[in-house]
Amino acid sequence: MRVRVHVFLKPGVLDVQGKAVENALQGLGWSGVSDVRVGKTVEFDLAGSDPAAAEGEVRRMCETLLANTVIEGYRIEVA
Amino acid sequence: MKAAVVVFPGSNCDRDCKVAVERSTGASVHMVWHAETALPPGLDLIVLPGGFSYGDYLRCGAMAALSPVMTEVRKAAERGVAVVGICNGFQVLCESGLLPGALLRNAALKYVCKPVDLDIVRPDTRFTRAFGSRRQAVMTVGNGEGAFFADADTLSRVEGEGQVVFRYADNPNGSLNDIAGLINKGGNVLGLMPHPDRSFEAELGSADGALLFQSLLETV
Repeated sequence: MRVRVHVFLKPGVLDVQGKAVENALQGLGWSGVSDVRVGKTVEFDLAGSDPAAAEGEVRRMCETLLANTVIEGYRIEVA
Repeated sequence: MKAAVVVFPGSNCDRDCKVAVERSTGASVHMVWHAETALPPGLDLIVLPGGFSYGDYLRCGAMAALSPVMTEVRKAAERGVAVVGICNGFQVLCESGLLPGALLRNAALKYVCKPVDLDIVRPDTRFTRAFGSRRQAVMTVGNGEGAFFADADTLSRVEGEGQVVFRYADNPNGSLNDIAGLINKGGNVLGLMPHPDRSFEAELGSADGALLFQSLLETV
């Protein structure tokens, strides 16, 4: 199974990178852009065939290492 | 006094910390590689140094917090051994859960490297008592991700418990409540972004960092 984990700063946590990218996009003329958030994606193969079990396992990976839940939220895709 | 400096791959202030602790206190300082599963016996102080442990991969301090040696550091902290995390070491302490909160990218997106004025909020801790009646100190910061963050509940708890030890007089990085350093509830684990190890002799611009290490002499 291919796993994709998206990690973003939580709403309310100042994302200064997002802010800088937002200013740049607006400066280039895309005036409709707002609330830009910059995150990261972690992709990997995971052995097994049960997506529900995989999601539980990946959730534990997120809580242990992939995300710092003090500041970050995460979203898991299993395909 | 017997101290240890933990060396992670990518630490770059480990030697500075060793020299700073030795010259400030006369302590014997052991260097401990991150893969070690035991610490030297009888330690009075463990220093987690600054730098870029594991290349800052994933998040600053995230990988280091899961290093084998951190299991032993955690046990030592539980026994009451003094632990100081400086800069990247502070990030490691937050990532490992030994201190609350996290460090975010600086508000101005810039690496900040300069001496800063600090207010000593808690002159009564085992890390600050050598400052005596002084309520100000100067130490050097050098960080790109030094903005302290905690959610509103955690922040008010940290303030309520008197865990803030140092505040910036002029906030250089967007830290909430101007927090430059804080201590755990037990009073034996301190994390700070400014470098006492770069401010321990007058030739470095400030000798105030030496007082932080000397404070520990009064408890050993």
